[in-house]
Amino acid sequence: MNFSHPALRSGVCALALLIGTAAQADEILVAVAANFTAAAKDIGTAFTAATGHTVSYSFGSTGQLYTQITQDAPFEVFLAADQARPEKAEAEGFAVPDTRFTYATGKLLLWSADPETIDGTPDILSSPDLTHVSYANPQTAPYGAAAVETMQALGLYDALKPRLVEGKSISQAQQFVATGNAEVGFVALSQVIADDSGSSWLVPDDLYSPIRQDAVLLVKGGNNEAAKAYLAFLQGAEALSIIEGYGYGVGQ
Amino acid sequence: MFDAAMIEVILLTLKLAGLTTLLLLILGTPLAWWLSRGRSLTRDVVSTIVSLPIVLPPTVLGFYLLIAMGPSSPLTTLVGRPLAFTFEGLVLGSVIYSMPFVVNPIRNAFEAMGPRPMEVAATLRASPWDAFVTVALPLASPGLLTGAILGFAHTVGEFGVVLMIGGSIPGRTKVLSTTIFDYVETLQWGRAHVLAGGMLILSFAVILFMTQVERRLVGGRGGR
Repeated sequence: MNFSHPALRSGVCALALLIGTAAQADEILVAVAANFTAAAKDIGTAFTAATGHTVSYSFGSTGQLYTQITQDAPFEVFLAADQARPEKAEAEGFAVPDTRFTYATGKLLLWSADPETIDGTPDILSSPDLTHVSYANPQTAPYGAAAVETMQALGLYDALKPRLVEGKSISQAQQFVATGNAEVGFVALSQVIADDSGSSWLVPDDLYSPIRQDAVLLVKGGNNEAAKAYLAFLQGAEALSIIEGYGYGVGQ
Repeated sequence: MFDAAMIEVILLTLKLAGLTTLLLLILGTPLAWWLSRGRSLTRDVVSTIVSLPIVLPPTVLGFYLLIAMGPSSPLTTLVGRPLAFTFEGLVLGSVIYSMPFVVNPIRNAFEAMGPRPMEVAATLRASPWDAFVTVALPLASPGLLTGAILGFAHTVGEFGVVLMIGGSIPGRTKVLSTTIFDYVETLQWGRAHVLAGGMLILSFAVILFMTQVERRLVGGRGGR
């Protein structure tokens, strides 16, 4: 029994080492607005490769995620599609003060799955044959609100209103178009940038208020070094090039 | 407590549930009758298809319906126009989604009746149709009532299918369950409470009523 003692001791040492490394490779839970889904996954992979920390994402509309945050959801970082909700989260004590920043500026796109439907102009929106235009719920999804502003700026909102179909998030707005159930829809450029099979019109910036997407550290992640590292990584060169690659504007 | 938008949503939901229930009684009663007359593989397969929505996630049904209602699908060709984002599309989805809740109670009622009443009616020279209307239907009326109530309540509460094929158009496809979801998401909890509380009371009343009907039904057959 006595001579097994050193072996036992080294075993304990190995165990302590293991626990030590485990504590360093943390896991974080990030709530992400639906339009940023693809970019967030790429950034997560790059972040894990760079730091060893793992990231789990929960995707939804900004409004839905915010409601969950106010109801004690375990999210540690919030990547919203607007500035209003991260501000509100800070004001209401769900976010750590002075951790807010704009990580991306969204671009709105009128998109069709059919290569012939849109000719690079908004003309299709005036067509009497158009039966359905999809967009995201303007109350919960900033891209939906931007779509409404665009239609108002074009003077077509009242005419299009009866033909608007509403998705719960920008993902569902895209899905309605992708399945062909809506001929065209307002989506985020980031969602379809990798897909050149359809047709589209990139909505000019001056037709809608800028979609500044803010990130914030939530109170639940306030003591998690990995969560802070994630937010730092999000502002680094590697993440910025991923974000730009998905068609977002970066830097204010 | 109720604003115009909420009343529109409630009325549309009642219209959807009422129409769905009516269609299911018309289509479901003959189907239930056929299913209750003996056993065969064909009947088992049809019965399984009818019961699928009980276990299938509504999103699965909604997903397939969304594909089936697409512009180049056989269904769209058959109907002549796309059904997604229309009230008719919601009715079709609801009929499929609520079918087991109407067909199964009616079928059970027909089965509980046994072959005897129809045989007696036949010996009294009633035609099969006559016997069905004057003997089978009255005997199965508690099952019909149960089916109608369950089908109605289930359609009122339908969420996943509506979410997938509805598009939330006021007055056409914006119904109760998805509106509650919207109110919760936009933190309008006062309004959410009004509608959600109403659903709770309705569901409670439905189940209590059903229990009473069932008790009466069993009581009426006390001799067995």
